[in-house]
Amino acid sequence: MAGLRYIDGVVTLKLDTERCTGCRLCIAVCPHAVFHMAGGRARIVDRDACIECGACARNCAAGALSVDPGVGCAAAVIQGWLSGSEPTCGC
Amino acid sequence: MSGCCGPSCCPTAARDEYPYGPASHTCGALSTPPGEIPVIETTLTGSDRLQGWRVRFGIRRDHYRVRPGLYAAGRPDRSAPVLVTANYKLSFDAVRKEVAGRSVWLLVLDTLGINVWCAAGKGTFGSEELVRRVRETNLSQVVGHRTLVLPQLAAPGVAAHEVRALTGFRVVYGPVRAADIGAFLDDGMRATAEMRRVRFGVADRLAVTGVELSILRDGRVLGGIALLLLGATLGALPWTAVLLTLGAGLAAVLAGTLVVPILLPWIPGRAFALKGAIVGAAVALGILVSVGDAADPAGRVALLLVVTSIASFTAMNYTGSSTFTSLSGVIREMRRAVPLQVAATIAAVFALVISIVW
Repeated sequence: MAGLRYIDGVVTLKLDTERCTGCRLCIAVCPHAVFHMAGGRARIVDRDACIECGACARNCAAGALSVDPGVGCAAAVIQGWLSGSEPTCGC
Repeated sequence: MSGCCGPSCCPTAARDEYPYGPASHTCGALSTPPGEIPVIETTLTGSDRLQGWRVRFGIRRDHYRVRPGLYAAGRPDRSAPVLVTANYKLSFDAVRKEVAGRSVWLLVLDTLGINVWCAAGKGTFGSEELVRRVRETNLSQVVGHRTLVLPQLAAPGVAAHEVRALTGFRVVYGPVRAADIGAFLDDGMRATAEMRRVRFGVADRLAVTGVELSILRDGRVLGGIALLLLGATLGALPWTAVLLTLGAGLAAVLAGTLVVPILLPWIPGRAFALKGAIVGAAVALGILVSVGDAADPAGRVALLLVVTSIASFTAMNYTGSSTFTSLSGVIREMRRAVPLQVAATIAAVFALVISIVW
């Protein structure tokens, strides 16, 4: 993914390290290597690579992760603006 | 999350409202305690490939939805792994091709004929559907183990702990790409860091650009083109102006939908709207240089503004096809870019009026 980086400092991903049980599932499901293990717990090492797919939070049984999941799609945002709702692909 | 917008991501018919695709991929059945399980071919035929292309282009896509349920590949026994996939023909075919020569169970979920990632984002490839299929197929009587292998990209829709609590089956996330299934299984169900990454190489970038190009098939766009050509034919509009307008419009759309995707990593900027504007402005300047004195100053300004904003807008829409954009980032860039695109278009209309009345 060299050269393919998106806008920095915008994503809603949050990790509460205190609640992490070290199950490593977030590392398995993240398609952009946002997490790493350190001292038996997950750490965010590349927050700006996060695409807010929600896979990590959905699979975090300990509830240590949170993110507002969504589709990074301009057409969906426009659809949402026009209909006054959340971004939607219209289906 | 992205890689997931546009028509290919939206089902065109609801559950139970469609005929399942031709079951040409089955060849016989396997007897198990809960009943007969269809055995599938693991070699794709010419007609599979043809149907695959139809599905890609959205031609009778629903006609090729795979009937959900449990299938056998090879001669699986009670200890054979269970791979879970979507009933999108291309997902199903990608998986069965990769398990050739192996004995595995395939559990096909009803994702309304949508691919794994899109369906996971929408929740149709989700815990609920997975739990329902595990129960409906009596999977616990077919296999002795309690492990389900899911494609990694199903994770936004599936909560492994919920599935385990409801069915007793442990979810193991396999690789992102079906091509890595063999290596994953051979390595004791371990995926390497490389198998876990979503890529977006030039072939991937081009494969999804077709969706964006469909703007050229839009009835309003075609109507506008027809009107301009009619105007020129009837002598109401000068041919040079009409051809220049059409050529510039086409160049602008191609700049945003083809040039930006191909050159994506090398165009400066992070925002897609900015990348599109840069390419659009370059294309517009190229057109202005090549047409020389065919346009007056106001007309030249109009052309520069229109081409830049169309290219910016179409490139911005490509965020939905990319695999590395976040919703927060797209909203951030759109709040800045859309007002500028609108302002540029309005300014272009003014410049055009000036150029005509002058």
